[in-house]
Amino acid sequence: MVLWDPRIEEMPKEDLQRMQYKLLKSLVYRLYSFSPFYHDRMKEQNVHPDDIRELSDVRKLPFMFKRDLRDNYPDKIFTATKEELVRYHVSSGTTGKPTVVGYTQNDLDLWTTSLARGLTSAGLGRGDVIQVSYGYGLFTGGLGLHYGAERIGATVLPTSVGNTERQVELMQDLGATAIACTPSYLLHIGEVAEKMGINIKKDTKLRTAILGAEPWTERMRTRMEDWLGIKAYDIYGTSELSGPMFTECLEQKGFHIWSDLALVEIIDPKTEEPLEAGEKGELTITILQKEALPMIRYRIGDISSMETETCACGRTHPRIQRIQGRVDDMLIIRGINVFPSQIEYALMGIPEVGQHFQIIVERKGALDDMLVRVELSKGSFSDKINDLMKIRQNVEHRLRNSLNVNVDVELVEPGSLPRFEGKSKKVIDKRSL
Amino acid sequence: MDTQKYVIKQISIFSENRPGRLAAIAHALGEEKVNILAFSIAEANGFGVVRALVDHPQKAHDKLQSLGFNIAFTDVIAVKMQDKPGGLFEVAKILGDAGINIEYSYAYSGKDGAVLILRVDQVDDAITKIEKSGATLMERSVFHG
Repeated sequence: MVLWDPRIEEMPKEDLQRMQYKLLKSLVYRLYSFSPFYHDRMKEQNVHPDDIRELSDVRKLPFMFKRDLRDNYPDKIFTATKEELVRYHVSSGTTGKPTVVGYTQNDLDLWTTSLARGLTSAGLGRGDVIQVSYGYGLFTGGLGLHYGAERIGATVLPTSVGNTERQVELMQDLGATAIACTPSYLLHIGEVAEKMGINIKKDTKLRTAILGAEPWTERMRTRMEDWLGIKAYDIYGTSELSGPMFTECLEQKGFHIWSDLALVEIIDPKTEEPLEAGEKGELTITILQKEALPMIRYRIGDISSMETETCACGRTHPRIQRIQGRVDDMLIIRGINVFPSQIEYALMGIPEVGQHFQIIVERKGALDDMLVRVELSKGSFSDKINDLMKIRQNVEHRLRNSLNVNVDVELVEPGSLPRFEGKSKKVIDKRSL
Repeated sequence: MDTQKYVIKQISIFSENRPGRLAAIAHALGEEKVNILAFSIAEANGFGVVRALVDHPQKAHDKLQSLGFNIAFTDVIAVKMQDKPGGLFEVAKILGDAGINIEYSYAYSGKDGAVLILRVDQVDDAITKIEKSGATLMERSVFHG
C-alpha cells in the first residue's frame, strides 16, 4: 500500500485531533481579529475565540451556508487581498446567483496535496495516464484533478467534457489507465464506445475511474465495474471547500477526509445536534487552513454518515460514506421525503430497465404526482403487450415499496432519455409551490 | 411434415406512444429499401408495439437496432382466407376446434386475396392442424425476399 504522506496519513488519531485543535484555534483568532463578517457572526452567536478550549468547542461556532457566499457576491467575505489571490473559480448558478471562490497560492497547494494523497490512495501514480473528463474552466473539477494528477507524477490527458467519440479514441490510442469524470458521463462514454465497436474492458487499458460531482449508488458502481472492467472510486468536494478534495482508497469504503485540512461534523439538520459515528445526517465541514475563503461549519446540504475507525488501508483519517442525498434536492411527495438516489437504488436492482431515468413531479389537483420514466433494456423487450405491462407494474411495485409513495412508471425507448455530460438533472419538478 | 417453411419472421418494435415514432420507423425502412407487406400497432398505456411483415427482416432489424430501437423477431403464420362473408370464420374455427389460442392477429386484403397473420401459442401444432383442415398456409418465401 503506497501512501503519499505516511507521517500525516497514519498519524495517531489523538495527535491528529491535537493538530486540528491548534489549527482551529488559530483560524478563529485570525478571523475574529481580521474579518468583519466572521467577527460579526461570532458576536451574534455570543462566542469569543477564548471560548474555544477543546476541539468539540467547534460546536459553539456559527454555521455558514451557501447563501452567505451568494449574499456577499462576489468577494466580500474573502480574507486575502486581491494581490494575494492567484485564481478564481465560479460555481454554476443553477440554484440562484453564482458563487465565486478565490485561492491564494497556499490554498491551491493544499488542494493539490489533498488530491495527491487521495489519488495515491486509489492506487494511482507514476506511469498512469489519467484522462480528466471533468469540465475545465470556471468549474473546479477539471483543473483540480489536473494538478492533483500531475503532482503524483501521472500523465494527464486533459480531454475536458464533450466530443465523446474523440475521448474514446484518445483513451485507446494513448492508453489511459484512469478517468476522472461524473458517473453519468462515464455511462455515456461507455455507450458511445459500444456504438463505435470498442469494448472498454477488452480494447483499452482503463482500470480506474474517479467519479463524483453528482450522486450515485453502490449498485451503479458494481454495474459499471463489471461492464467496463474497472474499479470505481468516489470523489467528493465542492467549490466552497476548494473543489473535488477527498477520494476513496483501494478499500472503497467511503472517502477519507484529511483531518489536517478539514474538520467534519455530522449533524441532525433539524435539531443541529451532533450525531454519532455511523448515523446519517448533514455533512458540516470546517476547512482548517484556507487563507482566501475560510469556511467554518459549512453546511453543504449533503446527507451522509461518518466512520471514525482506522481504515483497513492503515489511514487514521475519518471516512464519509457516499453522499446519500441532499437536504435541498430532497423531493417531498405527498408529505413523504424522497431522494432521487433512492429511486436510482431501486431501479438498479431491476434488470429489465436501464441505468438512466428521469423523474417528473406534477401537481394534479391537490395531489403530487410522480412519474418515473425508465428505458426498457435491450433484451427485455417482448412482443407481448402483457409482458411489457408486467415489467412496468413490477417497477411501480418496487418503487412504491422502497419509497412508500405511489409512483407512475413510463417505459421509454432505449437512448431516449437525456444524457448529461456534466451534472445530470434527473428531476423535473413542475409544481409551483 | 416440414412446418418450418410456413414460419414467417415478423419484426416487433417497441415504441413510445408519441407523435412521429411510426414515421421514424417507416422512414428508416424506406431508406433501407425494405418493403412493409403488412403491419399493425398494439397500444398500451404510454407505449406501443409496432408489428410488421417485411420483405427483408434481417436488414430491417439491423437498421432499426442501429438507430437504438428495441426490436425483436417473432414467429407468425399467414393463412389465406376467402375474401367474402364467413372467410374469417373458417380459419378461426379450425384453430378454435384444435384448442389453439390466438395471441393476436391482423389481416390484409391483397391482390391475391385476403390473408390473416396469426401469432399463436403453439406454432407447429397450428401449422399441422391448418394444413390438415385444407386451408392454405402461405410459405415464408412469399414474404421474405
